Amino acid sequence: MSNEIKHHLTDELLMAYSAGTLPEAFNLMVATHLSLCDTCRAQAESYDALGGCMLQDAPDMVDLADDALDATLALIAGGAAPDLPASPSCDVLPAPLRDYVGGGVSDIKWKPVGMGVKQAILPTSAGASARLLFIPAGAAMPDHGHKGMELTMVLQGAFSDEIDRFARGDIEIADEDLEHMPVADISADCICLAVTDAPLKFNSLIPKLVQPFLRI
Amino acid sequence: MFAEVEPVETCGAAEAAQQVMRKRKTTVRKGNAAVNREDDGCKPQGEWVAHVLRIRSAQDKTAFAELFRHFAPRVKAFLIKSGSTPSQAEECTQEVMATLWHKAHLFDPSRASVATWVYTIARNRRIDLLRKERRPEPEELTWGPEAEPDQADIVSLQQETAHLREALKALPEAQRELIEKAYFGDLSHREIAAQTGLPLGTIKSRIRLALDRLRHAMK
Ligand SMILES: [Zn+2]
Repeated sequence: MSNEIKHHLTDELLMAYSAGTLPEAFNLMVATHLSLCDTCRAQAESYDALGGCMLQDAPDMVDLADDALDATLALIAGGAAPDLPASPSCDVLPAPLRDYVGGGVSDIKWKPVGMGVKQAILPTSAGASARLLFIPAGAAMPDHGHKGMELTMVLQGAFSDEIDRFARGDIEIADEDLEHMPVADISADCICLAVTDAPLKFNSLIPKLVQPFLRI
Repeated sequence: MFAEVEPVETCGAAEAAQQVMRKRKTTVRKGNAAVNREDDGCKPQGEWVAHVLRIRSAQDKTAFAELFRHFAPRVKAFLIKSGSTPSQAEECTQEVMATLWHKAHLFDPSRASVATWVYTIARNRRIDLLRKERRPEPEELTWGPEAEPDQADIVSLQQETAHLREALKALPEAQRELIEKAYFGDLSHREIAAQTGLPLGTIKSRIRLALDRLRHAMK
């Protein structure tokens, strides 16, 4: 499934996902990409392993309360928290997105933003925002001015710009220096996940990245 | 481990990392002797694997108590370093350790060491506790009904992790410290720069250098 993905997450984002320092919207983007991309998933697991080694060899340890083990066994006796019901499968939205949409692609609550383009803001914490975008086949993406860092990942269809063509699973990483005019392929309506740290504050959580596409 | 994620590039390390995650266990297996036999010099890794399997198959409270004594003080320290108060950290550590018991059936020794698994549980709980946020996780991989990891995969993953651990110990102090801050301090690179007074470029290049060394050590 992931063999055709050409545009991946950066090491910096994968490490930050593993360290748990990204805002929720970016975690959602990473989790969605990892659902489609085995290459990045293996990388993310390596970064988790790094965290495990740090935990194992941490110089400091803090003693627990004297009754901590008994208290924990009591918690265990109380039973596990019930698992959340798994959302039904969907060919367009991987599981992490289905959790935020509350269902599959037909459950997305689109709001028109003009020229046939629609969007749906997803509920994430402050610091960064996430939304789904619907661009009709052959149409140009609206100007969404990159004020901070913006990641756009294709879920259905494809779009092209001056950089390359982006299809399902591909991520375009843009910052304010990128000027481009993405256009959806004529063959299918394009659905993307877009996350940005721009609107709320200047980049306190996301390291500004070198644009990987410039290195190709 | 730690292959560069560059478009259209495959190298040995990337393939090795993918091999590690080739399979995913769905049921309890028997006969994990090989895990313990193979991890010379890093015995605890294998020992802890056997502990988790004993919790899973026999609800073994002695195994749990030993695991608790080893990991709980580390998890508590991790949570305090990341900004929890000691009482929050105490409560949260107990929850993390209880989760370990309840999710023992999900532990896959061909995909993660026990320390890695504990780390991910503690990290997710920290995000929940300190930020009151959900932590989106990738979709579970499905490998069909009878996919079970074989012993070779378990051994190689546990060995790789032991190598990584040694490589990390061998890093120059300045590099190791930065990685530790990134993981344990709940800090972005930018925030580390602000805290240490080092330029952001220096932080990034030291982290990159550290990762390059780790990659090199893993070959
Ligand atoms: Zn990828």
